[in-house]
Amino acid sequence: MSISVQNISKSYKNIKAIDAVSFEVNPGELFGLIGPDGAGKTTIFRILTTLLITDEGTASVVDYDVVKDYKAIRNSVGYMPGKFSLYQDLTVEENLSFFATIFGTTIEENYELIKDIYIQIEPFKKRRAGALSGGMKQKLALCCALIHAPKVLFLDEPTTGVDPVSRKEFWQMLKRLQRKGITILVSTPYMDEASLCDRIALIQKGKVLKIDSPQAITANYEKVIYDIQSKNTHGLIHDLKNYPSHYSVYAFGEFIHYIDKNADFNLKDLEAYLENKNHSEIIIKKAITTIEDVFMDL
Amino acid sequence: MKRFIGFVKKEFYHIFRDKRSMFILFGMPIAQIMLFGFAITNEINNVKIAVLDQSKDTETQKIIQKISNSSYFTIAQEIKTESEIESVFKKGEVKAVLVFEKDFIKHLQTQKNAKVQVITDATDPNMANTISNYITSILQNFIQEKNKNNKQAYQIQTQTQLFYNPAMKSVFTFVPGVMTVILMLVSAMMTSISITREKELGTMEVLLVSPIKPFQVIIGKVFPYIFLSVINAAVILLLGYFVFEMPIEGSLFLLAIESVLFIICALALGILISTLSDSQQTAMMISLFGLMLPVILLSGFIFPISSMPLPLQVISNIIPAKWFIIIIKAIMLKGASFSVIWKETLILVGMTLFFIVVSIKKYKIRLE
Repeated sequence: MSISVQNISKSYKNIKAIDAVSFEVNPGELFGLIGPDGAGKTTIFRILTTLLITDEGTASVVDYDVVKDYKAIRNSVGYMPGKFSLYQDLTVEENLSFFATIFGTTIEENYELIKDIYIQIEPFKKRRAGALSGGMKQKLALCCALIHAPKVLFLDEPTTGVDPVSRKEFWQMLKRLQRKGITILVSTPYMDEASLCDRIALIQKGKVLKIDSPQAITANYEKVIYDIQSKNTHGLIHDLKNYPSHYSVYAFGEFIHYIDKNADFNLKDLEAYLENKNHSEIIIKKAITTIEDVFMDL
Repeated sequence: MKRFIGFVKKEFYHIFRDKRSMFILFGMPIAQIMLFGFAITNEINNVKIAVLDQSKDTETQKIIQKISNSSYFTIAQEIKTESEIESVFKKGEVKAVLVFEKDFIKHLQTQKNAKVQVITDATDPNMANTISNYITSILQNFIQEKNKNNKQAYQIQTQTQLFYNPAMKSVFTFVPGVMTVILMLVSAMMTSISITREKELGTMEVLLVSPIKPFQVIIGKVFPYIFLSVINAAVILLLGYFVFEMPIEGSLFLLAIESVLFIICALALGILISTLSDSQQTAMMISLFGLMLPVILLSGFIFPISSMPLPLQVISNIIPAKWFIIIIKAIMLKGASFSVIWKETLILVGMTLFFIVVSIKKYKIRLE
């Protein structure tokens, strides 16, 4: 196992940040921790990177115990904290060579590993890190976390505050790194990024709700979801919530996602009900289940 | 070692690229020494006084002459009646009024006892005190000269001699004082801020999850400031020596060693502060109120410790600056050798070790 977490719990004063969390990450896997802000993702990262000690339970990274063998772990992992942790007053090049030096290596030695990413920010290598855009900062931070060729890479919400194009690029980079044999643990509050992981753990309020591949998680969802649209979106949510056999109703992009209590429910009845409520241009169709839908139901 | 050098290099980048640090490091010492040197002084020069001479005889004329001949006073005006005294003070220019009684010369000759009144504006008490002392001594001088001719029995003459600072220059107090304050400020505040900045920006998290050892981080943080503090100390001493003619009687080598000891003590204190605070702001507040005020007020820099109430005297013992001021004053003014100041040195060494041990104990290898 690259990462093994057994029943770990951690409280800050009286607040339980994580509660009996367990999961395992295989070597070379891209594993995602998916959950909203405050779910306890950062706490898990800090425990695995030896920055915090658990109240209960044990965890190991590349077979090193996170408490006993913390020095060995600090030598062999790369960590990119949630806040971009770069020196704003140092240039791109200076940041990178500083992190290379403290890990006892040089930029040249591991250039091959970061080349794909570094090449994109190399034109700005004389610029101070503080003057970079969010996407470029993120690439630089990734380079700094990779410069010593770590076995395991910890990325805590790497795409938060980054534009959609850079986010997409970033995930492509992660896929490439994964192919080079690096195990990656990544967290994100964006449900659409979950489907890009090999396996994910859905986390809420410090508890793991489900662990599986994103495909299996959506495929195993039994209920049928409908996309519903009409001219009056706000009224639509209200009216759907008043429909006697509704199970759940929530906005999803341009549609309303609707799930009925009965498996054999008739679409025509619902349509008639909505027409009766003066809705026009009604569209009702089956939706493809996403991680977000599963999350909403947990 | 390579790691360490890389770290120190990074620290120098931080310092030289931050205008605020540069100002505190190099602007502050010069500004402070100039301020204390030229603006804040207890010496008096050309103080304007008024005279109310109700006798107007040869003796009073001689006295007035003597006073106005000294560089300390200028006779700004002569007033006629007592009622004018207050209005003169209210204008603010005149700081003292000299009043001669009626028939001054007659009393002096027949009763051997004439009266002069010195009225001072005590809105500035130090100044008022100094003025009345100066005038009294001029009058005494005058009487002594007069008595030279007619021998009188039983006279005690006090002859005062001021060792180490014959001219009572205040520069002799403030150069050691300012040096102490600056070294404390630069060393303790700057290190504590630079360590807490890493915590605040989250870079400490990355440094912790790396093979660099905590002591390398600490030493790497401290090293540039030792270097810069030594430069600062040298600048202050040179300014004191060349601009204000502050003597350096003792050994320069001993002075340098003691200064480095104090710098290390202040740095250790800075590290200790940084382990206690999570933000730059807290570190700054602790440094300012926990260090600067005691250093200025309780170290004997401005107010003599012997005239403080007992509790404050006791507290002053735990302030490293107090011991350092004693040491450098002894070296610079009295030319003292190590055998004189070994006790104070030992106290500083003890304090330094204490701060280092506590901060190593308190240093966190994790986030909490």
